[in-house]
Amino acid sequence: MPLLTVRNLVKEFSRSRGWWGRPSVVRAVDSVSFSIEPGETFGLVGESGSGKTTTGRCILRLVEPTSGEVRFQDRDVLALSREELRRTRRDMQIVFQDPYSSLNPRMRARTIVEEPLVIHKLGTKTERRERVAELFRLVGLDPAHLDRYPHEFSGGQRQRIGLARALALNPSLIVADEPVSALDVSVQAQVINLLIDLQERLKLTYLFIAHDLRLVEHICDRVAVMYRGRILEMGHTAALFRSPAHAYTRALLSAIPIPDPDTRPTRIEWDASSVDLRLPLRQVDQGHWAAI
Amino acid sequence: MDPSVSPLLDVQHLTTVFDVAGRALRAVDDVSFEVRKGETLGLVGESGSGKSLTAYSILRLVQPPGRIASGRVLFQGRDLLALPEREMRKVRGAGIALIFQEPMTALNPVFTVGDQIAEAMLVHGLATRAEAKRRAVELLDAVRVAEPDRRVRDYPHQLSGGMRQRVLIAMAIACRPSLVIADEPTTALDVTIQAQILDLLREMREAFDLSMLLISHDLGIIAGSADRIAVMYAGRLVEQGPVRDVFRSPAHPYTKALLASIPSGATGRRLKAIEGSVPPLTELPRGCAFAPRCPDALPQCQLEPPPIADIGPGRVVRCFACSPFSVLR
Repeated sequence: MPLLTVRNLVKEFSRSRGWWGRPSVVRAVDSVSFSIEPGETFGLVGESGSGKTTTGRCILRLVEPTSGEVRFQDRDVLALSREELRRTRRDMQIVFQDPYSSLNPRMRARTIVEEPLVIHKLGTKTERRERVAELFRLVGLDPAHLDRYPHEFSGGQRQRIGLARALALNPSLIVADEPVSALDVSVQAQVINLLIDLQERLKLTYLFIAHDLRLVEHICDRVAVMYRGRILEMGHTAALFRSPAHAYTRALLSAIPIPDPDTRPTRIEWDASSVDLRLPLRQVDQGHWAAI
Repeated sequence: MDPSVSPLLDVQHLTTVFDVAGRALRAVDDVSFEVRKGETLGLVGESGSGKSLTAYSILRLVQPPGRIASGRVLFQGRDLLALPEREMRKVRGAGIALIFQEPMTALNPVFTVGDQIAEAMLVHGLATRAEAKRRAVELLDAVRVAEPDRRVRDYPHQLSGGMRQRVLIAMAIACRPSLVIADEPTTALDVTIQAQILDLLREMREAFDLSMLLISHDLGIIAGSADRIAVMYAGRLVEQGPVRDVFRSPAHPYTKALLASIPSGATGRRLKAIEGSVPPLTELPRGCAFAPRCPDALPQCQLEPPPIADIGPGRVVRCFACSPFSVLR
């Protein structure tokens, strides 16, 4: 049974147009459906404005969806009361993109990592202390640095602190929203390796939101490609990268710069007006769907 | 290197420091490279490597507490570091143009894009007001902006990120510079737009006979756009050579590690990461700055910075472990 199922998720934002203008409605997420199996890494890729980040936030109800269904561990997330939601959130955590702005600069690393335990009233003071040190070691940080402030850590280390905090409550699902895009290439690889290690050790499931297709190809089992709020293609990573079915996916893949001077990609132009974006997903191959 | 062709830009032993708390921190340390006519040199490095500061130093746009401490920047045979500011102003824009990273902030929100393209030509006295207006439309057309005669009256906020970057490119080529410095020109853009802008830059290079210094952290971009590559680490240039040779057989352990850390799809799931992180300027080691992270480090790497060594046609490396110097000592 899937750990997470999202069905016909919609998020509309209304935008007012001046004082007298009638507000216009923007569909940031438009009938998005997918499911994630336990232990899987599911990638949500797309360019800016594709709705990938909003989708991730709707699942955690950090943003309230307009309509649709989110089932997590067989609970109807959108129907949960405040208190039930709070308890459910122990099992699904988010890691944010920017390790520079997502950590409170006035809190010591210790306090940042411990906070979820305090909020959920877990353990005694001593137990929490031990747990925080254990989490620090788990993400490859030195517990001797627990009393430092965020600015005393490098970008990669800050992202590890964010990860330690997310792991504090032993979640089963981690929504990782562009977790390495603010990091340098060499550090990016360290954090990706850590995510892979943690997944194996803690049996984690990832919803990996990213714009970097090379990275997604490398670590995701399955991928959904989003464009203007809709999923245009979804399938097993290898198959989708090998034989993309949607014109947009083909254009997107052809735009990836190739780190080889002798290989020039054959660029495929994308013209949104030539394609009907409202087409429903249909199966093009085993486990491979496209809106064509 | 062909000695008969004198380079368009010849940077020699450039050193730029930050005066902080009584210390001169070397953010760009003894950097030498050249850009020949018609070629694109890709300058690669991670954040803090000094690649952008190198560009600002060439244009003498370094702000205090930063300061160019030593070196020469020969452009068309003249040392830019010795020019009076008045002369330098003529070089900026008309000789060397800069394309910034952030198309959102590099444009002035209160002027139309046409005004901003025309302004550079007017400042340099290259056109009358009417001519500049007409040229602005032509330039927008050249950078593939649809309906240029209408767009010329648009304000920056009316344009998408990709369109703004096209406007910045139009501004850069407006005064017919011979060298364009593009500092991470596509970092803020989506991958499909990035591909279009990189294509456009290549096209402009042909059409306007430009030489280019392309600064990027993305080896994929460098592989597709540069003729030669220079790799920077912690303020020093560690390797330089023809792009094909360096990608085929990188010499410096940092270049090797950087190429190996790129995710390449199907291959296993773990990436080859470089352990540790770039040292801050305040804590640069005495020897090679990469030594603490280097798998091939020798005892002498901790003691003194390695010298620059020739290792093949047009290829130099700054490394004890991989240069002929290591054999000599």
